[in-house]
Amino acid sequence: MMSDMKTMFDLNKIDSQGGKVDTTNQHSEQAAINALEVRNLNFYYGAFQGLKDINLDIEQGKVTAFIGPSGCGKSTLLRTLNRMYDLYPGQRAEGEINFYGQNILEPGQDLNLLRSRIGMVFQKPTPFPMSIYENIAFGVRLYEKLSRSEMDERVEWALNKAALWNEAKDKLNQSGLSLSGGQQQRLCIARGVAVKPSVILLDEPTSALDPISTGKIEELINELKHEYTIAIVTHNMQQAARVSDYTAYMYLGSLVEYGKTDEIFIKPKRKETEDYITGRFG
Amino acid sequence: MSSNINFDMTVFARRKRANKIGLTLSMIAMSIGMTSLIWILSILFIKGFSAVNLNMFVASTPAPGTEGGGLANAIVGSLLLVGSCTFISTPVGVLAGLYLSEYGDRSRVASLTRFVTDIMLSAPSIVIGLFVYALYVAKVQHFSGWAGTIALALIAIPVVVRTTENMLRLVPGSLREAAYALGTPKWKVAFMVTLRAAQSGIMTGILLALARVSGETAPLLFTALSNQFFSTDMNKPMANLPVVIFQFAMSPYDNWVSLAWGGSLLITFTVLGLNILARVVFREKVQG
Repeated sequence: MMSDMKTMFDLNKIDSQGGKVDTTNQHSEQAAINALEVRNLNFYYGAFQGLKDINLDIEQGKVTAFIGPSGCGKSTLLRTLNRMYDLYPGQRAEGEINFYGQNILEPGQDLNLLRSRIGMVFQKPTPFPMSIYENIAFGVRLYEKLSRSEMDERVEWALNKAALWNEAKDKLNQSGLSLSGGQQQRLCIARGVAVKPSVILLDEPTSALDPISTGKIEELINELKHEYTIAIVTHNMQQAARVSDYTAYMYLGSLVEYGKTDEIFIKPKRKETEDYITGRFG
Repeated sequence: MSSNINFDMTVFARRKRANKIGLTLSMIAMSIGMTSLIWILSILFIKGFSAVNLNMFVASTPAPGTEGGGLANAIVGSLLLVGSCTFISTPVGVLAGLYLSEYGDRSRVASLTRFVTDIMLSAPSIVIGLFVYALYVAKVQHFSGWAGTIALALIAIPVVVRTTENMLRLVPGSLREAAYALGTPKWKVAFMVTLRAAQSGIMTGILLALARVSGETAPLLFTALSNQFFSTDMNKPMANLPVVIFQFAMSPYDNWVSLAWGGSLLITFTVLGLNILARVVFREKVQG
């Protein structure tokens, strides 16, 4: 833990330039455990460098938000955390991403297993072309052998977690595509939760949704953070302020400032962050 | 200022004129197409309808000089040929399409497969008939239903391959990513998510391939040949509608010619039905 703290210390010092280091998060009641630790991460799309020397920790049981203008690399960073980029030739990452101590960028990782531990929900709802029930059972069946009744329970549990059970319980056999956009997105969250990952990555999960659905998803994030570690990319700064415990502001592939959300939003240490947050950017 | 407005008006008038000319030309083209289609269908109906009766479906093709007769052997033969062709071309075509879209992508093997498939798509069907004749019929020394099936499958497979690939490519990448994000292995993503998402489009492709082969005559001439008698033995020459129509239409016997019209009507409406079915299947996907 000490070494982690030290790294955090250094990181803050580098990032804040002013030399004032915030270590309050390290002194909360219990010692903080980091689910993910990103160290010196560089990411390349072919010859283009998408991420530049990123260092940050994602604390267990907290919500970490990545904000920044389009193209700043926040989605790229999220997609390195479950190695989603691996699907595309020409994309590569250098550095370290430690997932509870295990460097997931090392060769020889079982990516399917990794992705079952680090779930992801995308910008656009992506229900599979099958029933609501099957949408959830699909992922569970990949790694667990459950009896019919256990599976029924798991599906109900997951739909409850995603606050969708009441709306979906009477039409579990209907196509997932028959749901509304907001419901589809909650189905995708239920699907991700059902496999019981330890981290959930949300890539602009509400940008295709109306305000009411957005509100529901945000409530959901607040519920889920008690059991899961959550990292969320968002274009919406109010959303970051509402749902997250930590916020990372990124610009042009670099991490500009990272810290507690309250501090980032109320008293950012860097001028660039303040300009972006107050809408004076550019 | 006023000159500007005048200038705009001339542009507008020219655009209106161009629009009128374009519309007229396309209406003419459309009516030529529609007229010929309606013409074909009505002649088929007038000449063929009188031949359509119960006898056509129960009696076999008549011997030269005898009265009456039907097309039962040819209808059953065609169903067997096209049916077994479907059994072969569906798995081969769908799996090949899946390979091209999900696995091969831009690899050399995939490009080569695509190139060959495109050639096969436009290959004259008589060449395919000759090919099967040389490779199979000439070796086993007799015409057979299987030879006909192989020839038809060779025509259907490229159609299924290309439609399958195209339909799979229409499946958004985000759906695949979502499946991978759950930790799904690649083959399961391909078979259980992507393929399922493209299901109705692929079904449409298979139906269209069926419609295509059910009217093919040339490849059957050298392979299944024809059979005057009722036979379901795929190892023997087999009667089939297109070849029977071809033989009967050119015969001097009135009842044969009439049966040829009846058979033509039957084939045309089957193909029409398959096309309509394909559209319905495809529409369900869009709504689903």
